[in-house]
Amino acid sequence: MTKPSEIRISAGEIAVRRGAEARIAVVGSPNSGKSTLFNRLTGLKQRIGNYPGVTVERHVGTLSFDGKKTELIDLPGTHSLSAHSLEEQIAVDVILGRMEGSSAPDGILAVLDATNLYQGLFLLQQLIELQMPMVVALTMSDAAAQSGIDIDLDALSQAVGGVKICSVVATTGAGLAKLRAAITELQDRPAFQDITVWPELTEAAKKLQSRSNDELSATECKRLLIDGVTERNQSFTAGLDGDVVGFLEELRDDLFAGEPPLAIEARIRYDWVRDTLNTVQRSVPKLQSWRTGITTFLNQPIAGTVGLFIVMAVVFQAVFAWATPIMDFIDGVAGSLGSTVAATLGDGAFSSLIADGIIAGVGSVIIFLPQILILFLFIILLEDSGYLARAAYLMDRTMRSVGLSGQSIIPMISSFACAVPGIMATRVIPSRRDRIATIMAAPFMTCSARLPVYALLIAAFVPEDRVGFMNLQGLVLFGLYIFGIVMGILTALLMRKTALRGPKPPFALMLPEFRRPNVQTVLIQLLGRVKVFLYRAGTVIFTVAVVVWALAYFPRSQIIGTEVEKQRQTATYSLSGEQLAAEYERIDHVAAAAQLEQSWLGRAGKTVEPLFRPLGWDWRVSAAVIAGFPAREVVIAVLGTVYAVGDEADDATLSGRLKASTWANGSPVFTLPMVIGLLIFYACCLQCAATLAVIRRETNTWRWPVFAWVYMTSIGYVGALLAFQLGSG
Amino acid sequence: MELNSYTLATLKHGEKGIIQSVDASDPQVQRLMVLGLVEGAEIEHASTAIGGDPIEFRLFGCGISLRQEHARFFQVAPVVAGD
Repeated sequence: MTKPSEIRISAGEIAVRRGAEARIAVVGSPNSGKSTLFNRLTGLKQRIGNYPGVTVERHVGTLSFDGKKTELIDLPGTHSLSAHSLEEQIAVDVILGRMEGSSAPDGILAVLDATNLYQGLFLLQQLIELQMPMVVALTMSDAAAQSGIDIDLDALSQAVGGVKICSVVATTGAGLAKLRAAITELQDRPAFQDITVWPELTEAAKKLQSRSNDELSATECKRLLIDGVTERNQSFTAGLDGDVVGFLEELRDDLFAGEPPLAIEARIRYDWVRDTLNTVQRSVPKLQSWRTGITTFLNQPIAGTVGLFIVMAVVFQAVFAWATPIMDFIDGVAGSLGSTVAATLGDGAFSSLIADGIIAGVGSVIIFLPQILILFLFIILLEDSGYLARAAYLMDRTMRSVGLSGQSIIPMISSFACAVPGIMATRVIPSRRDRIATIMAAPFMTCSARLPVYALLIAAFVPEDRVGFMNLQGLVLFGLYIFGIVMGILTALLMRKTALRGPKPPFALMLPEFRRPNVQTVLIQLLGRVKVFLYRAGTVIFTVAVVVWALAYFPRSQIIGTEVEKQRQTATYSLSGEQLAAEYERIDHVAAAAQLEQSWLGRAGKTVEPLFRPLGWDWRVSAAVIAGFPAREVVIAVLGTVYAVGDEADDATLSGRLKASTWANGSPVFTLPMVIGLLIFYACCLQCAATLAVIRRETNTWRWPVFAWVYMTSIGYVGALLAFQLGSG
Repeated sequence: MELNSYTLATLKHGEKGIIQSVDASDPQVQRLMVLGLVEGAEIEHASTAIGGDPIEFRLFGCGISLRQEHARFFQVAPVVAGD
């Protein structure tokens, strides 16, 4: 047991602290506008990392004021210090200095939503008992004023022991200068009085502290008295004497007399909150008119649900329709860049590496940046406006029928962008069974990396007919999204009926008011996603593109080289001018195809071809699929590389080349049943190392990622097999 | 006492009530208490999802949704309009 008075600073921490004079934790309930404020205060000077051992994101930023620097740590939102979910636990651990490798922060910036002081004051009161330097930021004070809420800041400050309170509007920046100054002043450790809301608890905590010989801090004693010794606080209770634990139980019996401690705590604290609210806040909040309109509409159960489906349909239509012009532009640039490079550098390995390997490979992934941007933009907007919480509420009953709760809907919707943040978002789900079932279902949601494969195949093989207000291509894409959802839900149902059988998951959800998303917050989040995507394109996909190019280029066959020379010679005798040039081109393509076929990649594709032959795939598709297992978007890059050489290369676009590719007997490879099978394979197969890694981290065992991989790959294979065999039969 | 017959689950759309007593034995109910659903709090029925479940309430101006099965644990005294 480490004494709380000891200062524990790891090497990493020293590096982080260099330059900053104080570390301040930003604490607030979810939806309190905490992240918007954090982004406002730190701007782009922030780093995103992870807490040790868990995948909860750790946002750290620097605030500069008056030549002094303060480090801000944005904690996950929490309603209370008695943690209920993993995210809340992390917030609590950081505040109490229990987090491995980092000492307690030097102070707290408490973020309270002025329109929801009721719950905000509950948390604030717990924070005050910690007796750490603190400043309160009262956010959304403009919305509060518009709703007729009148808060007496002086009275509020007095009620909470003299803590400084700054009223701010994070969206416009009003009040931020004062808040910056107040945060910087925390370095001087301003004093404030303790407010004794619960004297019995304070008394019991004192007794426990002296019995533990001051091994426990007063704060830890209070938390222990309320929470008891549980799995969650094991890390710091493990070293306690049995005697101390016995005394703790005695004290708890006296304090709670068999009633649930959490209930007692809630009653006592909210009594104080109501009294305080009566003295500091006048008027009952009422909704603003534009919000009332939206809320009234959504409060009708059927209209609300229909609205949800319309929103989703519009998002997917936009992803497909809006991005097309930009994508065509990028495609054109990459294409002309490739041919310019090839023309400038001439023949040879280096020229081929740049043009066929790097430009064709990376270019064919970058092209999907517009679609990914639009998708992420919508998801961020839906989340920031508070709509995702409403979606969870609307879908709760439906989700319950498959053994999940409405809370699972948020990870699932996030998984449409990427399963990695989606799986991370399952941390808000308190029940472990429920959480794992959601994690197993999430990778079935159509992520942005599947989109390129879908988009390519749909653009090439689905006609552009119009069906109602959507075109057939958009409809097929929508169908694939639905297919993913159905597969995910069936999986969750299956899991909840077998391995994860258990009681119904709980559900309690705050439904925040609709609010206009803040432009800066949205842009910062969007920029973060773009960075991750470009980083992947620049590292993983670049590497894979180069490796795949090398596998497709080497070894060079001397025999084919000699044969080409011979044929060229023969051609010069009988042909001239344009005909000769055309003949040269034909010979080169045939030679390139022959080279590819005997390359390492060609051999690998041929080796696995028998396995995929029943699905109607030739060795090139097989090779691309194999190469795509680390990251599925690579498949496009590989197809781009594989089809950049060979006799289909005449067609300028990749989809044109796919259409032109044939079996040895001249029949097309990409028939409709084969394409449908390929789409099903992609919809199901777990081709993403990052997802496997995040499942491993979130479930803390290799069992689940291995299971997920085998399960999803088998379903994909069988689905593709059925589609091809039935479709071709 | 007519109190027993009124719970959060029996409130109708637009009706208000003050929580009189909470059966806190269920851990999920304790969680709701931490969110502010305690004795003395005034609460209003705002909407329901399809099928009448879950229910959205307004608590001091904030939306909070809970399921029928949990709403039953909260006994309320109805607030008559105009009080």
